[in-house]
Amino acid sequence: MALLNKADWHTPAPFWQNGPAPGAFYHFPGGSTHVDAGGFQRSQAPITTGTSVVGIQFKDGVLIAADILGSYGSLARFRNLERVMKVNDNIILGAGGDYADYQCLKSNIERKILEEECLDDGLSLKPKALHCWLTRVMYNRRSHFDPFWNNFIIGGLEGDKVFLGTVDKLGTAYSDPVIATGYGAYMATPILRKAYEENKEMTKDQAIELLYKVMQVLFYRDARSFPKYQLGIITREGGVEIQGPLTLDSYWGPAII
Amino acid sequence: MVCILRNFFLLIAFRNQYDSDVTVWSPQGRLHQVEYAMEAVKLGSATVGLKNKTHAVLIALKRASSELSAHQKKIFPIDKHMGISISGLTADARMLSRYMRTECLNYKYSHDDLLPVSRLLASLGNKLQTCTQRYDRRPYGVGLLIAGYDDQGPHIYQTCPSSNYFDCKAMAIGARSQSARTYLEKHLNDLLTCNLDELIKHGLRALRDTLPNEVDLSVKNVPMCFLSLCNDKFINVFKLIYLFTHKNVSIAVVGKGTNFKIFDEDAISVYLSQIEDDKRSKLAEPDVEQDSKPPQPPPSDEGPQEPQVTVAMDTD
Repeated sequence: MALLNKADWHTPAPFWQNGPAPGAFYHFPGGSTHVDAGGFQRSQAPITTGTSVVGIQFKDGVLIAADILGSYGSLARFRNLERVMKVNDNIILGAGGDYADYQCLKSNIERKILEEECLDDGLSLKPKALHCWLTRVMYNRRSHFDPFWNNFIIGGLEGDKVFLGTVDKLGTAYSDPVIATGYGAYMATPILRKAYEENKEMTKDQAIELLYKVMQVLFYRDARSFPKYQLGIITREGGVEIQGPLTLDSYWGPAII
Repeated sequence: MVCILRNFFLLIAFRNQYDSDVTVWSPQGRLHQVEYAMEAVKLGSATVGLKNKTHAVLIALKRASSELSAHQKKIFPIDKHMGISISGLTADARMLSRYMRTECLNYKYSHDDLLPVSRLLASLGNKLQTCTQRYDRRPYGVGLLIAGYDDQGPHIYQTCPSSNYFDCKAMAIGARSQSARTYLEKHLNDLLTCNLDELIKHGLRALRDTLPNEVDLSVKNVPMCFLSLCNDKFINVFKLIYLFTHKNVSIAVVGKGTNFKIFDEDAISVYLSQIEDDKRSKLAEPDVEQDSKPPQPPPSDEGPQEPQVTVAMDTD
């Protein structure tokens, strides 16, 4: 690794140009010389982050919810960052992880949609196609050791089929009727799965109520969460709707005792 | 004096001073090289494309370049949902089919879906157009009929070397294809409502109309008969090209629930035998005449002479 070869406080600089460092062997000319490739740093950590995103399929649509907090480490720094977006009339998308990376991809997706609208050929991007495209982008970036530090949940309608899928920063992708990312993968998935198994043909209102409960649990348990969240709804009849910020009720009485 | 003489020779040699380059306009506002390329399409054997509400069909007449060679392939699959039939320079068509296949594969890789036919045609049209606007290129000498099926239903598209492309209900290109177009125009209302078998038979009858009048059609002409015919008389060798058999006819179908499929010889024979007894429509001779000639210049008194095509190309 180039950046390991850089002289720093524990690897002393060479005596002269291309010469040996103290305690190292001299590289004779013509042999393999010490080359300073001028290493550079890739983004190795997220800065401003969003926490969990949860999504669920119901009878004739998809819901995606995410709170509106932008954390700066453990500091609750930005308290109105929207991270559920409408992509087009049949796709919604929620993002967790680094907010700058999300904004970058968001503008890319918006450009893609705009280009498609300009063609005006009556075709529009399908959720499965966007899911695949995002997978390619994310996997390509992680293969260059420079991942987009995000978790995405893509939900939408494809003809009369409902789609819900996810992609993470490594390009790992799958689709499932119930998805939760980040801390929600631990705290929300069991609740969502149980509810989904009990009633696979949930109505929109039941699904909204379920996500409210799940967001509440996440707010209680996840230290990077926030009691305000956005709700992306896509249904066959109603099209796309992004609700919010919605406020969560909470009761902290026992914690204060 | 020398200069005048040289100009005189140049005029004789090229007959036209405005066709030396694709990018040169004639005073009438035409691009002669592009028009010459359009002629190459008419030298290839005929091919027909047509569709109903659920399926698109391609039918082509194959030629054999010699007695010893097999019939030249005319229909190429592009992807599960699309295929092309060609008329003109086969080598050019192979470049285009490779391009189309690559585009479809790339779209499948990045979007996990089939490339919509209209999207592919738009990018193909752009590719064709660049060749008509650069002095270091030549137009593709091939016309394509594209049959495809996507979310918007079945499609038949026609492309030209001039980089125009058309969304068609039905179309025929290639040698003597005017007769096929006449047939298709006459039966246009039936095409949309008929079933797939009827559609294929309409296509075969349209293609049959491009054959010279005196030629008889028969499915019974299997390769063995070819040999005896050839030995018989020289004139029969000429006729041989026009016999309508499962060897020289290609049929391909794509549609709802049907991936692009080129029929095998047995399947083709079945359809050929079904149209065997149908009456051939009377050939509209003037149409054929019109079709076999290059475009005629508008009558004008002044200005340079319009070009006539004198170069023959080996085309399919």
